[in-house]
Amino acid sequence: MAKTYEPIATTTLGSATASVTFSSISGTYTDLILVIFAATTHTSSTFTSLQFNGDTGTNYSATELYGTGTSALSGRDSNVARGWMGLDISISNTVGDSVTTAHIMNYSNTTTYKTFLSRSNRASSSLDYSGTNATVALWRNTAAITSIAVKNSRGGVEYNFSTGSTFTLYGIKAA
Amino acid sequence: MSPILGARGGLSASAYGFTSAVAALGDYESIQTVTVGAGGSASITFSSIPSTYKHLQIRVNARCAGSFTGTTAVRATYNSDTTLTNYWTHYLRGNGAAAAAASNNGPNYTFMIGDNNNTASAFSGAVVDILDYSNTNKNTTTRALSGGDWNGSGEIYLSSVSWNNTAAINNIVITAYDGNMMQYSSFALYGVK
Repeated sequence: MAKTYEPIATTTLGSATASVTFSSISGTYTDLILVIFAATTHTSSTFTSLQFNGDTGTNYSATELYGTGTSALSGRDSNVARGWMGLDISISNTVGDSVTTAHIMNYSNTTTYKTFLSRSNRASSSLDYSGTNATVALWRNTAAITSIAVKNSRGGVEYNFSTGSTFTLYGIKAA
Repeated sequence: MSPILGARGGLSASAYGFTSAVAALGDYESIQTVTVGAGGSASITFSSIPSTYKHLQIRVNARCAGSFTGTTAVRATYNSDTTLTNYWTHYLRGNGAAAAAASNNGPNYTFMIGDNNNTASAFSGAVVDILDYSNTNKNTTTRALSGGDWNGSGEIYLSSVSWNNTAAINNIVITAYDGNMMQYSSFALYGVK
């Protein structure tokens, strides 16, 4: 049996950074998995999202399921410029409070649009938008994904990820 | 950041998604993959599954030929047990407007994927974990994250299914409730040691 779960790249921020990009991603895997332990330098909580192949057009959409601790909610965002990894789950100022895992399915095929599933949480209640979240997002493009930019923003304004935030990309290879 | 780095061994792989397992990288193996060809397929079968792993994971990127707007339920049947009341489903769903939860003993909703009445070229995703599948001392639980988005509509699901049987799973048949699996749909079975 082939061993198929491999770390592709990882980065831990040595200084506050607005965006983390995985580039020159090989097409040799079937799925990609991105694991993020991140915090924000903003005084309020912020939200993480993905952009593929440098596409900043309004070609992304997402549907989420969100638990606040007191209620379950669902929301949607359409025709937006980024693929949200939880519309209503934020990251806080402390690395470790917020963990996100994204599954980017069949990323290198050139026939279908690209779907990714993510799970995220924020444990701290010191800022707004804590809870647990599951989101499905669509990038309306059939191109193979060769680069992924991880963004941090709120209200259309981008903010820095904090020092110590960690981003790891894995590849899964099917038989 | 730099492009592709070399593989690194010895890392704990929390990304596996199994909260009850601590697996080292390299202990996740591809068992079998099915990609649907022209004309579609009514079902997907994984047979002669070895019992040498601790858990199984099925990773899905698929679209159904049915006519629903939204998702259709997909059932995973184990060891040819087609008695639906032997499966008990619970799920939590978000459709962009509201969250809902349900359970049933009969229809087996292992995961959900989008039908053909949605945005063209948009295939849904599912990550399905079959936990401790070869243990013969307890029933088997399956857990899934699945859904699809179609830019203006979409559904996301967290689901679990209990199979009321203690047999080791050696055969899985995946069938949609509404239509065939369409061309380019892919189903990949992995084992985690």
